[in-house]
Amino acid sequence: MTTPQGPRSLPTTPALALHGLHKQFSSPSGAVRAVNGIDLTIMPGEVVAFLGPNGAGKTTTIDMVLGLSRPSSGTLEVFGHSPEDAIAAGRVAAVMQTGGLLRDITVAETVELTASLFGRSGSPTPYLERAGIGDIADRMVGKCSGGQQQRLRFAMALVSEPDLLLLDEPTTGMDVEGRREFWAAIRQDAARGRTVVFATHYLEEADAYADRIVLVSQGRIVADGSSAEIKNLASGRTVTALLDAEAEPGNVLDAIRTLDGVDTVEERGSRIIVRTSDSDTVARYLLTRTKARDLEVTAENLEEAFVALTSAHPSADVADAAAPAVTVTEGALR
Amino acid sequence: MSTLAPSSAPSPARPAATRIGASAVRRGLSATYLRLELRRFFRNRRTLIFSLVMPPAFFLIFGTASDYTTQKAGNGNVTAWILVSMALYGALLTATSGGASVSVERAQGWTRQLRLTPLRPWAYVVTKVTATMALGAVSVLITVGVGLALGKAHMPFYAWILAPLIAWAGSLVFAAFGLFMGYLLPSENVMQILGPVLALLSFAGGLFFPLGDGWFADVAKLMPTYGLAELTRAPLGDGFSWLAVLNVVVWAVVFSLGAAWRFRKDTARV
Repeated sequence: MTTPQGPRSLPTTPALALHGLHKQFSSPSGAVRAVNGIDLTIMPGEVVAFLGPNGAGKTTTIDMVLGLSRPSSGTLEVFGHSPEDAIAAGRVAAVMQTGGLLRDITVAETVELTASLFGRSGSPTPYLERAGIGDIADRMVGKCSGGQQQRLRFAMALVSEPDLLLLDEPTTGMDVEGRREFWAAIRQDAARGRTVVFATHYLEEADAYADRIVLVSQGRIVADGSSAEIKNLASGRTVTALLDAEAEPGNVLDAIRTLDGVDTVEERGSRIIVRTSDSDTVARYLLTRTKARDLEVTAENLEEAFVALTSAHPSADVADAAAPAVTVTEGALR
Repeated sequence: MSTLAPSSAPSPARPAATRIGASAVRRGLSATYLRLELRRFFRNRRTLIFSLVMPPAFFLIFGTASDYTTQKAGNGNVTAWILVSMALYGALLTATSGGASVSVERAQGWTRQLRLTPLRPWAYVVTKVTATMALGAVSVLITVGVGLALGKAHMPFYAWILAPLIAWAGSLVFAAFGLFMGYLLPSENVMQILGPVLALLSFAGGLFFPLGDGWFADVAKLMPTYGLAELTRAPLGDGFSWLAVLNVVVWAVVFSLGAAWRFRKDTARV
């Protein structure tokens, strides 16, 4: 994990520091724990993806960081200050998923107004250009496409020159082209050293644009690491074959467990399922030393790891897949 | 993007503490915002029709019959009586719809967006009410201007000044009513409810015709429109009553408290 320090190794205050963050809502069916104990430190300059399925607690967490709602318990600091002060100082800004725009004013007027609320005068043009919407300055907001409105929200967020930019599912509902253009604008801007935290449930988005991925599920962090580290969680292969273990001499399952690279061995009916980082050895052993047949080797991808780590009710084999993730989490947090 | 060079980290010339100290200012009114609010009114055809066209049109339709120009009402004629009533109606409608527009802006997430800026929540309300009252002034001026140009309304000189002024200032009560309803009702089309309600209140409060005597007149005295209607027409010599003042004060308090209550609920962090 990279935690960039200032050029002169200044004692760096985290851009974001969450400790034991909890948020409960009461609902007709009882209390809902939207955020259930999140500890997270993000240093200035990091570009972090908050990756998780819908309902994982991403938006609730962002709302608390923005001071729009209060944690049930736990603490939260933005550059060492309360969210309210960080907002008032313009140090944190957000691009929300929907809404937040007046439809009957123009794109340029929206940015000009936002700037005036931060006490900044001057032309909105530079912000529009940075967000890639300089050409639609005079268009009514209500007539803009979803992607254009999202880039307008981005332009509004740029007005206070925030040090921390939060993006909540920023490309939801955009087409491929709109998504690419939006991220191009964000990337160009992040190159200036802004801290960017974005929530997404698009795996490829997290993979492509973040230096660090924080995987959240059911209000908790289930994995935290670089994109490569998260991918490593899923680098293994699965070997399955039809094998009658009883008919084999000795304990064949234990024998397979001792092979190099084997993580887990499982019996499901007459089929055995072996998770391993070295599928060749397992396959060779099964085909030469046992009567196994109908052998299959499949690669796990990031998508599967993601589903396994974030699924609501982990079954036994999903729990197996999640096991290495915990290791990475601890490693990354220490 | 994947590797951020240390040199591209946020400028150390702007350390956290100094920057917060220097600029963590919650801001009040913004002239840009106020200008933009006014511009929005004049872009909205619906608002223009309801606020600037309908009241003078109603006056022309209902107030200019030839018997009305000869019939006396206090120190003026009935045409003048209807003129100031319609000016008040326009002011009420404008104030209510301006206040109630917070409902639409809440539904669109705009008020939430504003909470991500240093603008103080009360400054948003004051901006909206100020813009609304400005449009209300235009509405009253147009209606009275039409009446004046037509030359059929007759009332003392001071009534030409006082009655429109009271109508305009009094409509502030209905800006509070609009705000209250705008924060209370989740509807995006809150004016589709409030428009008819307001017409009904105006009817029941004696804005459109004299109340006379009987139970209807007694009930009318409780309507939030009653006091304003009486006070607006007082300069015509229709008679000043403390009951009307009491009516306005009570409703002003009720609507303001209601609006303040809902406003606080809306801006509370939960």
